[in-house]
Amino acid sequence: MCGTCGCGSEKNGVIIQNPSEVEAHGHHHHDGHSHSHEHTHDHHHHDHDHPHSHNYDHHHKTVIDLEQDILQHNDVMASRNKGYFEAKNIFALNLVSSPGSGKTSILERTLTDLKNEKIFYVIEGDQQTLNDANRINALGIPVIQINTGKGCHLESDMVYEAVKKLNIKDHSILMIENVGNLVCPSMFHLGENKRVVIISTTEGEDKPIKYPDMFHTSDICIINKIDLLPYLNIDIKKLKSYALQVNSKLKFFEVSATTGEGMEAWYQWLKEN
Amino acid sequence: MHELSIALGIVDIAEKETKKANKNKVEFIELEIGTLAGIEFDSLDFVWPSAVKDTVLEHAEKRINIIEGEAKCGDCHHIFKVKYFYDSCPKCNSFLKSIIKGKELRVKYLEVS
Repeated sequence: MCGTCGCGSEKNGVIIQNPSEVEAHGHHHHDGHSHSHEHTHDHHHHDHDHPHSHNYDHHHKTVIDLEQDILQHNDVMASRNKGYFEAKNIFALNLVSSPGSGKTSILERTLTDLKNEKIFYVIEGDQQTLNDANRINALGIPVIQINTGKGCHLESDMVYEAVKKLNIKDHSILMIENVGNLVCPSMFHLGENKRVVIISTTEGEDKPIKYPDMFHTSDICIINKIDLLPYLNIDIKKLKSYALQVNSKLKFFEVSATTGEGMEAWYQWLKEN
Repeated sequence: MHELSIALGIVDIAEKETKKANKNKVEFIELEIGTLAGIEFDSLDFVWPSAVKDTVLEHAEKRINIIEGEAKCGDCHHIFKVKYFYDSCPKCNSFLKSIIKGKELRVKYLEVS
């Protein structure tokens, strides 16, 4: 399924690397050297079977009753990740939201405030640039950036490769920041323990019912940028009630990553899990 | 546009199954997709030709069985049709529910030759 992002083509392929690697090699992150990850599946764009290789075809139709889940490959790889996390007692979170809701800012604040109490690792997902990984790297937290190229979401095999590069210690917390997109990442399990959807007060209270899939599949909902509430026309109660209509099990945190307001409750939850 | 991912996933499955059966191409493919599976059917149709080009599925006829969403009310256990995740129980108006149908996303059946 990596084909989405044009894997294998030089320009749009998925690139998985950490900021220090880039500095050490001193070259641009599009460079071919970073294509070290293997794919466990066939590359359909240039590796498909040619019809003439099968001589014993008698033009008889064969019926295959398959009943196979299309997302099976992703789910299998997600289960592998999950098993690895469980064995090492790693608490893995998948952070999803639309672009600009403050995922990276919440991460930065959380890591800064808790890095002396907990061991953190971060996987950053973006279509392009190492900007987010550089922000996390500046805090001294081990980080891997996945650039999906044209891809609109992270898939479990990308996380699998990134995790292999991170060398995660037991009993730590792994934050996986997904590509900013409130639609596509909802279908792709990464093996996380909990999915955290982040929505900011500037986005409007009806987002949960406009993009129900993401809210339906999440466990936690962080409402960010509450410091802006005095300037906005948003009803947080309404937002929550919309979200609960889609998913009655959602647990909420209201925070401001900028001022730190409300972060303590979120930290408490993180420490308890 | 995760539908492209999905279409390429279908291609992967079809390629593997065709090879396993020692055949060359898929004549007919039947998919089962629920209305709550997160798939935009128009988008899937839009990406389909480019996804299947130069693969065993290139000339295959495709049929999609659309499965309507169904949920069981968490409060009164009534089973009802759901169009959206935020639909409430028509009997007791509760939003508490578990989805029992509509999240299907699978390749049901292939005819290869």
